[in-house]
Amino acid sequence: MSIFVNSETKVIYQGLTGSQGKYYGLLNRDYGTKVVAGTNPKKAGTDVEGIPIFASVAEAVGETGATASCIFIPAPGVRSAVLEAAQGGVDFIVAITEGVPAHDEALFYNQLRKDFPNVQLLGPNCPGIISPGECNIGITAGHIALPGGPVGIVSRSGTLTYQALHELKEKGIGCTTCVGIGGDPVPGTSFIDCLAAFEADPDTKAVMMIGEIGGSAEEEAAEFISNNMTKPISAYIAGVTAPPGKKMGHAGAIVSGGKGTAKAKMEALEEAGVKVGNNPTEAGDLMAEIVSQL
Amino acid sequence: MDLFEYQGKEFFAEYGMPVSPGELAFTTEEAVTAAENLGCPVMVKAQVHTGGRGKAGGVKFAASIDEVSEHAENILGLDINGHIVERLWIEKASDIAEEYYASFTLDRSAKKHLGMLSAEGGVEIETVAEENPEAIARIWIDPVEGLSEGNCRNWVKEAALPEQANEGAVEILLKLYEAYVDGDADLVEINPLILTEDGKVHVLDAKVTLDSNSVFRHENYVDFDQTQTRDEREMAAHSKGLQYVGLEGEVGVIANGAGLAMSTVDVVNQVGGRPANFLDIGGGANADVMTAALEVINNDPAVRSIFINIFGGITRGEEIANGIIDALDRVEMRSPIVIRLDGTNADEGRAILEPHLSQTLQVAPTMLDGAEQAVALAKGMNN
Repeated sequence: MSIFVNSETKVIYQGLTGSQGKYYGLLNRDYGTKVVAGTNPKKAGTDVEGIPIFASVAEAVGETGATASCIFIPAPGVRSAVLEAAQGGVDFIVAITEGVPAHDEALFYNQLRKDFPNVQLLGPNCPGIISPGECNIGITAGHIALPGGPVGIVSRSGTLTYQALHELKEKGIGCTTCVGIGGDPVPGTSFIDCLAAFEADPDTKAVMMIGEIGGSAEEEAAEFISNNMTKPISAYIAGVTAPPGKKMGHAGAIVSGGKGTAKAKMEALEEAGVKVGNNPTEAGDLMAEIVSQL
Repeated sequence: MDLFEYQGKEFFAEYGMPVSPGELAFTTEEAVTAAENLGCPVMVKAQVHTGGRGKAGGVKFAASIDEVSEHAENILGLDINGHIVERLWIEKASDIAEEYYASFTLDRSAKKHLGMLSAEGGVEIETVAEENPEAIARIWIDPVEGLSEGNCRNWVKEAALPEQANEGAVEILLKLYEAYVDGDADLVEINPLILTEDGKVHVLDAKVTLDSNSVFRHENYVDFDQTQTRDEREMAAHSKGLQYVGLEGEVGVIANGAGLAMSTVDVVNQVGGRPANFLDIGGGANADVMTAALEVINNDPAVRSIFINIFGGITRGEEIANGIIDALDRVEMRSPIVIRLDGTNADEGRAILEPHLSQTLQVAPTMLDGAEQAVALAKGMNN
């Protein structure tokens, strides 16, 4: 079992004909993901290594029965690509692209909630999602994840997610699903969305959470954990020593007006009963301890 | 991207908001000329990307040309929170009857735009929020629906400005929201928004932060990028397209991915060292980007050791190791380096590094070990 995507998920790649889209789309297919179509209005009727290209998401959904879409379109086109995907009939959209303006993100987030309440958007600016052994959508190197569970992972950072998957694999611990929610100010999927899904998934027995400075998503997650989670959680927050007022790579990773510090996030999570590590290795060790006691 | 006050006012003026006439000056002579053109009295205002200018003596009223000259002399070169004043905005002085506060920004937890309006302007909004939170009228705006005139009117009513200011405030706030959305701003703030003695609502200050991700649809924002406050190291890194933030310490940090770079900075601190920088070279970690990163760090005189922390995902360990070796051939390094290479084909990568290892080029098995080795090298304990 897994959350959001599994071995049956059929995926359309918007931007499959571009260099990034083609590279990762084919890697995802090699992993076993059902990559059923690509879209590009100028190249409809052609194919990318056997994957048919359609003019629009709606057409691709009609022909293939796809339920998910992955966006590898450059930042200026992401706003219309997200809305096209929702209108086209998929219910899960993964937007990998980084550099999308925050106003666009706020706009399509609210547009989806209003007009397409059943559509789940992941990203933008995220590594994607992998249910190891079943489905990999995005830019995660599939082989660093061990299939089978019992741990679910949700993370705001790409490379720290890989680090977490790698450390768990080294310890022989598998993962049900690993969701990279991305480091932008308005992520389509939140920690809470993933925690709720992991809580409901019978195969996920524990959750690892990787946050970073900026915003209050971790504090909100802590409150949700206190009230709703029965499964044990370990966490790590990056940016303990980040100076205020400086964006640390991610558009959303900034401490401003004394808000969004790592310390406040770690304290909120600890108060909610989460085991918080001071670095990724410590968080991995804490998870190993949790798993050994399951 | 942070705008100077004068840039913010030019930006607001494009959307029809009332701002005072003024001129930019880089020298005392230019300040005097500006004041002669405008006619005294004027305000002499330091242009810096930081708050608290008034308290630091960076904003002065000048009734005469002599006073303009005196204030300009004092303010140019002034250190305000670490920002040295290099430019002045000379502006026609206004008769202030009352001061208000207005802003729009993104509320990340509500995922909606947040407007804040207060009859208590002229002081920092954080202070008002803490001491007298009910003095701030807030409005959450759905980006799909925008700000209607009716909602704006109700919001202004809620802020309890004096009756005579309402009409002018509504007009300015609607334009301010338009500038905020149309201009892709992270923040637009007017503090103070004033009521003049003759009953007009007027923009007296402008704080604007623009979203650098939106440059593709605002060609003129490239000019604002030129006037950002960056130290020399940040300037060099920015010109090479690297994600770099200068810090105060001695251990240079290079990592792939923003989260890992942040985490590396943390770990260097945790083992008792002080990082010199945050530097994210992105996923690929090829020789070109590694060379650029090493050059930037090598040019930082404070750096005494370097910690390269790379996790290979799609990019394999061999490619990363070859990239590092290639880069080291191109740059004459001043400081010893510790490399931690993990992830995809890490063993193959380490084997490539093996013949090149020495006192000044070490490998470490884990992130913590790597940080400890680099910190020890910086402190000279391994020599």
